[in-house]
Amino acid sequence: MQLTRRNVLGLSVGAAAFTLAGGRIGPANAATDATQKAIMDFTGGTAPGEGKVTLTAPEIAENGNTVPVSVSVDSAMAGDDLVESIIVFADGNPNPAVATFHFTEMSGAALATTRIRLAKTQDVIAVAKMKDGSVFMDTKQVKVTIGGCGG
Amino acid sequence: MASKPRIKVPKSASAGEVITIKTLISHEMESGQRKDKDGNPIPRQIINKFTCSFEGQTVFECDLDPAISSNPYFEFNAKVAQSGTFKFTWVDDDGSVYEAEAPIEVN
Repeated sequence: MQLTRRNVLGLSVGAAAFTLAGGRIGPANAATDATQKAIMDFTGGTAPGEGKVTLTAPEIAENGNTVPVSVSVDSAMAGDDLVESIIVFADGNPNPAVATFHFTEMSGAALATTRIRLAKTQDVIAVAKMKDGSVFMDTKQVKVTIGGCGG
Repeated sequence: MASKPRIKVPKSASAGEVITIKTLISHEMESGQRKDKDGNPIPRQIINKFTCSFEGQTVFECDLDPAISSNPYFEFNAKVAQSGTFKFTWVDDDGSVYEAEAPIEVN
């Protein structure tokens, strides 16, 4: 290949794109891997399905130190149609685990609200495990203007 | 570390009704991620477990991680069939246990 002006230009654009992609994908993947592993630990290897779970969180949180988060699952909470537990992750926190809620028939409804810390703008993930072994999840992105978790 | 918990439970309900319970306890929930003025990490100290039971039966439980905000707040539901007392328990990292109770009349 002759080194023409056009070839050189193409090469450098390609290299720049590669560097950009590498820089962006690297750290994001690391966090997701940790969360991914934690989800699998929780479900016992079952990949979560869509639906049933509703995660409610503000689109924009002005203060990451206290972000109201609510999870609910569409369930009769009786007999076999029972939610056993819901686990919540914050994908971009130093430690993605947030909380695990455990329900019983006495709960009456699979609904829990609490306040959490978010270090930065990130995805919040809720995974629910039903009594029959099925697993469902919901994800919501929360934009954080002031981070929690010290820093 | 923690001060007296605050509980909101309806005074009465009809049998089989699903009621809403709100709880809050004052606690710093030191995440272990922060540093003091000299740059030394402040050790983690959080409440790691919250339980609500009704007459000996578990209603709702939560395992807490440092990402729960200070002064942990919980809102959840309970289905009551007869009158009785709700018992709430918070367990601190240092082993302390904070407890609270709230009665409900079912008619």
